[in-house]
Amino acid sequence: MAVSLSVNGKSYSVDVPPQMPLLWVLRDVVGLTGTKFGCGMALCGACTVHVNGVAQRSCVMPVGSVKGPVTTIEGLSASGDHPLQKAWIATNVPQCGYCQAGQIMQAAALLARNSNPSDADIDAAMGGNICRCGTYTRIRTAVKQAAAAKQGGTR
Amino acid sequence: MNAQVDRTTHRNDVVVTNVSRRRFLQGLSLGGLVLAVGYPSAATAQEQKKYGADGMPNGWVDNPLAFVSIAENGTVTIVCHRSEMGQGVRTGMPMIVADELEADWKRVRVAQATGDEKKFGNQDTDGSRSTRHFFEPMRRCGAAARTMLEAAAAERWKVPVSEVEAKNHEVVHRPTGRRLGYGALAKAAASQPVPTRETLRLKDPKQFRYIGKAQTLLDGRDIATGKAQYGIDTRLPGMLYAVVARPPVYGGKVASFDPAEALKVPGVERVLAIEPSGPPAQFNPVGGVAVLATNTWAAIEGRKALKITWDDGPNAGYDSVAYKATLEEAARKPGKAVRNDGDFTAAAGGAARRHEAEYYVPHLAHATMEAPAATVRIANGKCDVWACVQSPQATRDLVAKRLGMSADDVTVNVTLLGGGFGRKSKPDYAIEAAVLSKAVDGKAVKVTWTRDDDLHNSYYHTVSVEHLEAGVDAQGKPVAWLHRSVAPTIMSTFNAEAKNEAPFELGMGVINVPFAIPNVRIENPEAAAHTRIGWFRSVSNIPHAFAVQSFVAELAAAAGRDPKDFLLEVIGPARQVSPETLGDTWNHGESPERYPVDTGRLRRVVEVAAREAGWGRKLPKGRGLGIAAHYSFVSYIATVVEVAVDDKGTLTIPRVDMAVDCGATVNPDRVRSQMEGACVMGVGIATLGEISFKDGRVQQGNFNDYAVTRMAEAPRIIRVHIVPGDYSKPMGGVGEPGVPPIPPALCNAIFAATGKRIRRLPIRDQLNA
Repeated sequence: MAVSLSVNGKSYSVDVPPQMPLLWVLRDVVGLTGTKFGCGMALCGACTVHVNGVAQRSCVMPVGSVKGPVTTIEGLSASGDHPLQKAWIATNVPQCGYCQAGQIMQAAALLARNSNPSDADIDAAMGGNICRCGTYTRIRTAVKQAAAAKQGGTR
Repeated sequence: MNAQVDRTTHRNDVVVTNVSRRRFLQGLSLGGLVLAVGYPSAATAQEQKKYGADGMPNGWVDNPLAFVSIAENGTVTIVCHRSEMGQGVRTGMPMIVADELEADWKRVRVAQATGDEKKFGNQDTDGSRSTRHFFEPMRRCGAAARTMLEAAAAERWKVPVSEVEAKNHEVVHRPTGRRLGYGALAKAAASQPVPTRETLRLKDPKQFRYIGKAQTLLDGRDIATGKAQYGIDTRLPGMLYAVVARPPVYGGKVASFDPAEALKVPGVERVLAIEPSGPPAQFNPVGGVAVLATNTWAAIEGRKALKITWDDGPNAGYDSVAYKATLEEAARKPGKAVRNDGDFTAAAGGAARRHEAEYYVPHLAHATMEAPAATVRIANGKCDVWACVQSPQATRDLVAKRLGMSADDVTVNVTLLGGGFGRKSKPDYAIEAAVLSKAVDGKAVKVTWTRDDDLHNSYYHTVSVEHLEAGVDAQGKPVAWLHRSVAPTIMSTFNAEAKNEAPFELGMGVINVPFAIPNVRIENPEAAAHTRIGWFRSVSNIPHAFAVQSFVAELAAAAGRDPKDFLLEVIGPARQVSPETLGDTWNHGESPERYPVDTGRLRRVVEVAAREAGWGRKLPKGRGLGIAAHYSFVSYIATVVEVAVDDKGTLTIPRVDMAVDCGATVNPDRVRSQMEGACVMGVGIATLGEISFKDGRVQQGNFNDYAVTRMAEAPRIIRVHIVPGDYSKPMGGVGEPGVPPIPPALCNAIFAATGKRIRRLPIRDQLNA
C-alpha cells in the first residue's frame, strides 16, 4: 500500500507496509543513506531524524505512524552550514563518523528548544546517542560552540 | 640487563615474525602447511627476518605514479591505500605526500585505493602501523612527484633544473621569477621519468608545512552532511538485501530448515543456505541460512519467520562461569615457561614477604557502530565488492578463492568503516555477500549484519585470568615476579588445536615488561578456545596491562609507598632493553635494534602524566587519582585517572590526563583524538564490557545488555600531552596503545578513593556492595 511522506521538503509516495520502520524506508526505498542503522531498538541514536522538528529514532518508528514532515541529516541545512555542522567540522569531532549524523540531529533538536544548554542539559539530551569511537568531549565542545555561534547570529 | 632468556623454551615456540593477520592465511592456503609457517627452524626464521613494512605481505610502495595524480585544473589527488576507520588515515597520508609535494592543501583531494597490494604495498590496516610504516614511503612519493614537476618546468623553460624550485603548488624559476602552476605542468610531469630513490631531496623537518601541525579532516564535511559512504550504504540497481541466520554456537551448523514462512513475508525473494566452516573458522563465514529481499527490513522480518534446527556441535557446553573456574585452575598450576630470568622460586622463597593476586578480563565484542556489511556483484566474469574492510587485499583473495575466480577479476572497493577495532580485519561478511551473489546469478547482494548478529557472531577479544605473585624485600620492593597468563589464543581461529598464547600475544605486555626485577618467571598454561577469538583494539595488552599495572599498585599499597614513585622504581633507571633479552621474539614486527624497549621513555610519560594531572594534590573524600603506564605498539603511554565515587557507589570520572610518546607525529590532532577515544573505550572495558556465554551462546544481543560508555559516564575532561618527537627517529603506533593503561589506572584511582581493589572486570556494580 502507498504511504505518503514528506522528507526534507520533498514529497514521496512509497509502496511499503505501514509497519516498516521509517529508517529502512529512508535508506532502502527513498535512497537517503545519511541516516544510519546502529541497533534497531532505539538504543544508540544513530538513526535519529526529526519528525515535526522533534528528534525521533527512525529505526523503531513505523512509517505509517509518521505524521508530519521528516528532516534527515541531508536536509538539516541547504549547504551543510547549520551551526552544528560548522562546529562539527571546525572541532574535528568525528573519528569514524558513523554515529555523527544521529548526534548532530539530536543536538539540533536540543538547540532548537534550548539555545544555551548546560553540560547537564547536553548530557541529558545526548545520553541516548552512542559514539563507540568516544568523541563525547568534542561533541560537547561543538554543541556549545554552535550554541554560541547561533546566539551571536541572532543578536 | 641481567635478563637471561630460556632459549631452549623459545626454540620450541611458535614463531610468527612480523605477524600480519593474513600471514596465517597465507600459510594455511598452501594446504595444511600451518606448521611450516608456525614452526620454522631457528635458522630459517633468522635468515628471513624482515622488519617493519619490509616484513609485511607485499611490503611498501613509494611510486608516485601509483599514489599521486594532478589534474590540469591543478587539483592534486592523493591515494590513501589504508582503510579509514576513525584514526584519520585519509587525512594523514595525504598530509605526508602533500607536504613533500609542496601542494596547496586546499587543492588536495583524497581517493581511496581498491585492494591492490602489488600496486600500493601492504594495506592491512591493523597493528597501529599505517603511519609508522608509510611515513617514509609517502614522503618519497611526494618528493618524487615534486621532482617530476620541477623537471617538467625546467624542460619547458629550457633552463637547468637546479634553477627551479617547487613551492606551494607552482614551480618557480629563481633567476627570472617565472612561475608555472602544477595544473599547467601536470601532463608534462607525468611523462618525466620517476627519479630514483637515491636522488630524492627530502625536506628538512623544519620545512614541513603540514606534517606535525593539526589539520582539518578531509572527510569532516561529508560526515557532517550525511554524504559519507560506509559499507552499509552501498546501493546498486536491482540489488537484493540479505541478512543471515548464523549458527549460535561456534562450530555449529544447520541440521534442517524450513523456508516456507519466510518466503511468505512481503519482499522476501530467496532463502539460501551458506555452507559452514570451522573450527577453525579462519576468516570464513560460519554458514547459516540467508534471507534475500527487496529491502533490509523485509529480510529481517523474513529471518524471524525462518524455522531452523541447529546442530550445535562440540562447543554447545561453553559456559563463561564454568570457564572462568577452568582458567583459574590452570592459572594456579605451573605452565609453560616463556621467560625465566634468575630464579623466581629461590628468590620468592627468601623474600621478606610474598603477595599474590588474580585478575579477570572477560570476552569483549568490538560493537562497531556500523556492524559488518558488504555488497557483491558478479558480471561478465568480474566480481565487484564494496565493503568496510580493514584488509582489502585479503578480502579480494578470499572472495576470489571462494568464488573460484582469479583475484585479478575481483575488485574490492573500500568504503569508509563505521568503526573497525579489529573486527573488520576479518572479511567473513564480504565472503557471505559473494556466496549469495553467486547463488543469484551474480545479481548485486548486500549483506547487512544487525546488532545481535554482530554480538552473537563476532571474533571476540579473548577471556583471561592473570595470576601474579611477587616476593618483596624488607622495603616492599619486588625481587621476584611470577606472571601466569591464561587465555585462549587468536591462533585457535586458524588452528583449532592451538592452546598457548603466540609470541605476538605474549609480546603484548606480559613477556616484554621491562621491570628492574632480577628474578622473573612468565608462564603460559594452556587454554582451549570455544568461540572465534580475534583481534580487538590493543588485543592482549588489555588483560596484561590491567594485571601488571594493578599488581604494581597493589605492591605499592602493601609497601605503604606512593604509587607513582613506586612504579618508577619498579621500571628502574632509564635504559634501552633489547626485546630479545626479554624473550620477546616478536617486538611488534619491528627491528629490536631500531625499537628497543626504552625505559627512559616509559619513565618520562609517567612523569609527564603525573605532573600534568597534579599528582599528589589534595582531594575531597570519595575522590582519588590512579596511575598506570604501558608500552605497546612501540609507543609509550601513561595515564592518570581521577575518579569520584559517591556513597551509593556511583562512579564518575572528572578528568583523565594521558601522556603519549609515539615519536614524531603527522597530525597531532588525530593523535589526541585517538587518545581521547582510547580513553573512553578503556573506561567502557573497565566499567561495562562483557560478552558471556551460556550453552555455547552469547548472552548479550544489543546495547541494552552489552553496554558501552555513553556521554554521561565518559570522562568529563580528557587532556592529552604529546611528548615531542624527532622525525629522524622511528615512529610508534597511535590507534591502539592508548587503551591498555586506562582500566588499571581507573581501578587504581578507585582504590585510592575507596580502598576497594577491583580485580575482576567489568566493575559494573562491584562498587555498590
